[in-house]
Amino acid sequence: MLEIKDLVVSYAGLPVLQGVSLKVEKGQAVSVVGSNGAGKSTLLKAVMGRARVSSGRAVFRGQDLAGLRTEKIVRLGLVYVPEDRKLFKPLSVEENLKLGAFIVDDPAQVQGRLEYVYELFPRLAERRQQAAGSMSGGEQQMLAIGRGLMSGPKLLMLDEPSLGLAPLMVSEVFETVRRLRQEGLTVLLVEQNVREALELTDHGYILQTGRIRQEGPSSDLLRSDMVREAFLGM
Amino acid sequence: MEALFLAMFKALVAGLLMGLVFALVALGLTIIFGVMDVVNFAHGEFLMVGMYATLLTAPLLGVDPVLTLPFSALVGAGLGVLCYHGLIRHLLRGPTIAQLFGTFGLMLFLRNLALMIMGSEPMIVHQGILVGKSFVVGPGIVLGATKLAAAALSLGAFWGAWWLIDRTKTGKALTATSLDKEAAMYMGISTERVNALAWALGGASVAVAGGLLVNFWPVDPNVGLLFTMIAFATVALGGFGSIKGALVAGVLIGMIVQAPPVWDAMLRLVGSDAAEGFTIHSLKYTFVYLIYFLIMVVRPQGLFGWKQ
Ligand SMILES: Nc1ncnc2c1ncn2[C@@H]1O[C@H](COP(=O)(O)OP(=O)(O)OP(=O)(O)O)[C@@H](O)[C@H]1O
Ligand SMILES: [Mg+2]
Repeated sequence: MLEIKDLVVSYAGLPVLQGVSLKVEKGQAVSVVGSNGAGKSTLLKAVMGRARVSSGRAVFRGQDLAGLRTEKIVRLGLVYVPEDRKLFKPLSVEENLKLGAFIVDDPAQVQGRLEYVYELFPRLAERRQQAAGSMSGGEQQMLAIGRGLMSGPKLLMLDEPSLGLAPLMVSEVFETVRRLRQEGLTVLLVEQNVREALELTDHGYILQTGRIRQEGPSSDLLRSDMVREAFLGM
Repeated sequence: MEALFLAMFKALVAGLLMGLVFALVALGLTIIFGVMDVVNFAHGEFLMVGMYATLLTAPLLGVDPVLTLPFSALVGAGLGVLCYHGLIRHLLRGPTIAQLFGTFGLMLFLRNLALMIMGSEPMIVHQGILVGKSFVVGPGIVLGATKLAAAALSLGAFWGAWWLIDRTKTGKALTATSLDKEAAMYMGISTERVNALAWALGGASVAVAGGLLVNFWPVDPNVGLLFTMIAFATVALGGFGSIKGALVAGVLIGMIVQAPPVWDAMLRLVGSDAAEGFTIHSLKYTFVYLIYFLIMVVRPQGLFGWKQ
């Protein structure tokens, strides 16, 4: 569904991604894990047309994304939930969700998705009139994910959804991701919570200073010495 | 005492009418700023273009000046989109200071272009269904038809803008872009088109204000400066990017500008020479700028401001 090939991105001459390749198949959940500054967000932003790509390419459902505007990429069914969430803070929960369905023209479809998201996150249903910016971090993350689901994405890219959340919230967010993939949604998950991310996904990539250090089925990675030493403290 | 109340009532009414037009003048400025954080120094020149558009097309088409307003709106919208695509879009890639100098240059360019084409002679609409007509609404209170119509149509234009922004999908895109441009892109909104739309709306609304004004306010190539300054004060007072703020602040400023006769009446009441009030009249815009200055110091985000 998504194929990234030898992607190189530099900021002001400094290479941040030095030839990254990865693949997400339809129905798969794939994780990209790595520590701070590894280039995880840059990778997702480059796919979304928000970082200048020096070489390499990203192809989504047969279409080369090079030179496409972000909004065009979204319309192809590739949705990105950024790590800083980027909610419309003064707007209500419901208004945020409706903006998530901006590219959907059928009001009945929008209504259906709204109900689906409220069922997925009952907490959002209780707070539908509350301003997004006044909610707790965990609730905001739920809203960010919910908003990402509103356009009915073919591939959902989540950038560190667990960032800055209390442990209980973290497991709730991961539980949601698990449910989404069980429902057949294709997910690309970027995380620093290496163990949870790998336990949740089929396939994993270890990103270190702009390069893929290791990849493979997530269960294999969880058992590999390199991952156990570098990330799991064993 | 009665004279004072009458003066106050007159000032309130005249201020309200003038203020509604000021609000419409400021509307475009606040929309453009709200959506893309660009301050358009050429805003008054857009108004001037709208004034000329009505002034020139009315005799040309042989219709009443009021009927040329849609045409003025079209000219303003076209000018806005042209400026956005020809200039502003490119300035956005530079530092903020480039946007400042860029729109300042646009102001000088439009002004001198008008001087070249129209000459420096002030012109005004002389014929039309509204011109020279007035209504007596009470003892000593006479309302000019041009001002009454200008205020009513301003209010209508405001309602239209509110409806567009609050009730339509296009409006939602506008709001989203003004809140967070990057987030708007992630929603699939074309922020490029939203920007152009903001300039079209901004240009159209201020040009309509110009078309209304020219019925009672002479136009010349330099007329823009005063209105740019009033619009800046209105937007600062109301809050940058706030549409409600532009409406309220426009009316407030209209009332400040129309207040001096009240001062005269007060002086007369205490037996002072009314001639002393003369300085007040010539200072009315000074009060506007004083308020502008004070609001910037006391409440920089303005009355209804939500942008820092
Ligand atoms: N806009 C930018 N300009 C310059 N350098 C940047 C920019 N964005 C990111 N970088 C640099 O690129 C590197 C990778 O950043 P990136 O945000 O992709 O890392 P990350 O893996 O997402 O880290 P984190 O886990 O902290 O979110 C960092 O060294 C960062 O300083
Ligand atoms: Mg990151």
